[in-house]
Amino acid sequence: MGGHSDASLPVRTGFLGWLNKRLPVDSFVKNQLTDYYAPKNFNIWYFFGSLALFVLVMQLVSGIFLTMHYKVGEATAFDSVEYIMREVPYGWLLRYLHSTGASAFFIVVYLHMFRAMLYGSYKAPRELLWLFGMVIYLALMAEAFMGYVLPWGNMSFWGAQVIVNLFGTIPVIGPGLVEWIRGDYGIADATLNRFFSLHVVAVPLILLLMVMLHLVALHETGSNNPDGIEINDNKGKDGKPLDGIPFHPYYTVKDIFGVGVFLTAFCFVVFFMPTFGGIFLEKPNFEMANAMSTPEHIAPVWYFTPFYAILRAVPDQQLGALAMALSIVCLVVLPWLDRSPVRSTRYRGWIWKLALALFVVSFVALGYLGLEPPSPLYTLLARIFAVIYFSFFVFMPFYTKVDPVKPLPARVSYDHG
Amino acid sequence: MVDSQIHTGGSRRPSSAALLAAAALAFAWLGTSAVVAAEAEPAAAAEHGEAEHVDWQAWKAGNQIGDKASLQRGAANFANYCASCHSIKYLRYERMAKDLQISEELLRKNLLPAGAKPTDYMMARVAAADGEAWFGRAPPDLSLITRSKGSDYVYQFLKGFYVDDSRPTHSNNLALPGAAMPAVLSDLEGVKTVVFSAEGESGHGGGKQVERFEQVAPGALTAAQYDSFVRDTVNYLDYAGEPSQIERGDLGIWVLLFLLVFTGLTWMLKKEYWRDVH
Repeated sequence: MGGHSDASLPVRTGFLGWLNKRLPVDSFVKNQLTDYYAPKNFNIWYFFGSLALFVLVMQLVSGIFLTMHYKVGEATAFDSVEYIMREVPYGWLLRYLHSTGASAFFIVVYLHMFRAMLYGSYKAPRELLWLFGMVIYLALMAEAFMGYVLPWGNMSFWGAQVIVNLFGTIPVIGPGLVEWIRGDYGIADATLNRFFSLHVVAVPLILLLMVMLHLVALHETGSNNPDGIEINDNKGKDGKPLDGIPFHPYYTVKDIFGVGVFLTAFCFVVFFMPTFGGIFLEKPNFEMANAMSTPEHIAPVWYFTPFYAILRAVPDQQLGALAMALSIVCLVVLPWLDRSPVRSTRYRGWIWKLALALFVVSFVALGYLGLEPPSPLYTLLARIFAVIYFSFFVFMPFYTKVDPVKPLPARVSYDHG
Repeated sequence: MVDSQIHTGGSRRPSSAALLAAAALAFAWLGTSAVVAAEAEPAAAAEHGEAEHVDWQAWKAGNQIGDKASLQRGAANFANYCASCHSIKYLRYERMAKDLQISEELLRKNLLPAGAKPTDYMMARVAAADGEAWFGRAPPDLSLITRSKGSDYVYQFLKGFYVDDSRPTHSNNLALPGAAMPAVLSDLEGVKTVVFSAEGESGHGGGKQVERFEQVAPGALTAAQYDSFVRDTVNYLDYAGEPSQIERGDLGIWVLLFLLVFTGLTWMLKKEYWRDVH
C-alpha cells in the first residue's frame, strides 16, 4: 500500500523520492485529489462546502492575530478591542474580517445545509456525513456564541445572560448547571475567561477534527449531485465513473473562482458596511458590559434568531427551551425521517416541494421575527411558523412515502458544451 | 477657533458609482433585502406628515466623514464646548491631528489643553467625581457614542434642548428626557421652549408630540448656522468612534478592484480547464 509501490504514481528521485518513501504525499494527492472523482454536474449550490472550509481557515488566521492583542478579563477586554480597532496596525481589518467572518460562516453553512436538503445528500449511505456536519454546526454555534461574549459589550453580557440561563430551565440540575457554566453567580470575569479558553482552544480543535472526519466520510461515499444518483453505478472500462471528473484540477479551479466571488462580496461588507446596519455588530455592543443597564431589546445575533423565535413563541419558558432544543434535534435525525425512495428534489413530487418551500419560508420568517421585539402579532406569527417548522419534520416519514416521485435518469444531466 | 486657519483637505471618499456596483454584489451574496431595510428604519418616522407637529425624530445628521473641513471644524467645536467635561478616552490628540490633517503647531495652539502632550488620550479636564457631584451623573465618555446610539441620535440630542423649569438645570431634552446635561450650547442656539400637542402622552413612539418650538432668546448663530455647527460636531464624533473608517474606505476600493480582476481571471482559468468536460 505504500506510495512508492503504486505503478501509477510518478517516479521520484532526489528529495521528493526520499520524502515519498517516508510519507505518502504522492499517493495522498492521487487518492484524494487527482484520482478522486466528483460528479461533473455540480451547480452553484456546491460552492458552499469549499467556501465553509475557506471561511474556517480565515477565522483561524484572523483569530490568531486578534488573540495576540486581545486582553481577556472584565476590566480589560472592552478596552483591548478598541485598542485593536484604533492602535494596532490593521487591527480594524483583523477584527472586521473576524466579525464579518462569523456571519459569513453561518450564511455559507446554512446554504450548504440547504443544498443537502435540496438534493437529499443526507440519505443513505451519507447519514454519517450528515451527522458529522451537524456536530460541526453545533460546535460552530458554541464557538460563535462564546466569541460574541469576548468583546464584553453590553449585548455580549446580556446575550450571554439569556442564553446561559436557558440551561437553568433543565429540571433538577438546571440551577447548579448554570452556576457551573458561569463559574460565578452571574456572568462575570470567570465566565469571560473560560469562554475565551473554549473559544480559542477547545472548540476550534473539535471543529478541525470534525471537519476532517466530514471530509474523510465524504471521500469514502463520494459526493452526491443535483440528480441524486450514484456516479459509481456507471463506470467505464477503465473503472472510472463516466459522469465523474477528477477533483483536481477541475473542482479546485472552479472552487477558487467561487472563493473570488465570495471574497468580493465579503470584502464589500468588511470595508464598506462592517456592522451591516447593526445586524453583524449590534449597537449596544459599543457600550461596555453593564449589569445595571439592560439594553432596550435583547436579541441574539441573526444566525440564532430562528431558534430564538421558537423559544419565545412558547408561553412557558421551560417548554420553550425544550422546543428550541428539539428544533435542532429535528435537523440531526433528518436522514431517518426522510423515507423517499429518491434523493433529489428534481425527481420528487409536489408534496415534498411544497413542504421544503414551507420549511424555508418558516425558517427565514422565524429568523426575522427573532430579531424583532415581541408584539402580539409577531408572537402569533412566530407560533404559526414554528408549527410549520416542526410539521416539516414530524410528518416527513408519512408525506415522503406518499409523495409521487418521478423516475430517475440513468446518467446525470449535464447540458454544457 | 481653528477652522478658519486650517487648509481644507480634499475628500478622499470612494466614488458612489464604485460603491453602487459593489453593493449590488454584496446584496446578491446575501440574497435578502430585509436587512437593508433595517438601515433605513428612521425614515419611517418622517411619514406622519400632515398633522401640525415637528418630527424631530426624523432629523438626520447627514454628516460626511470624508469632509475634512467639517471634521476640522468639529474638532474645534468639541475642544471649545465639550472637552471640559467629556473625554474621548480611546483617541490620542496626535492621531486625530494626523487623520484630520491638522498641523502640530495648530494642534498645540488651539486644541491641546494646557499640560497635555500630543500623545495623550483625550481626557476630560473635569474630574469624573466633580462631574458627578455637579450634574448627578459623570459626563459620559464620547468615544463610541455615535456607534452605540447612532449619529442621528447625537444630532437630535444636540438640537433637542428646551426650557423646562421643573428640571434642576432648567432645561430638558427631547432625545433624552431628563438629561443631566445642561443646555451648554444655548449661547449659540439661543433658548427655545417646546409646545407639545394636546394629545399629550399619546404621540407615536410613546413620547409627547412636538407641535412647535418657540424661540425665547436668540443665540449667536442662525438656525442654519447652528445646524451645521451640530453637524460638524457629530461628524467629528462619528470620526472619533472609528478613526480607521477613512482608511477603510480608501483601502476597500483597491481591494475590491483587485478581487474583481482576480475573480475574472479565475473564471477564465475555470473555463479553460473545463473545456474538455462534456
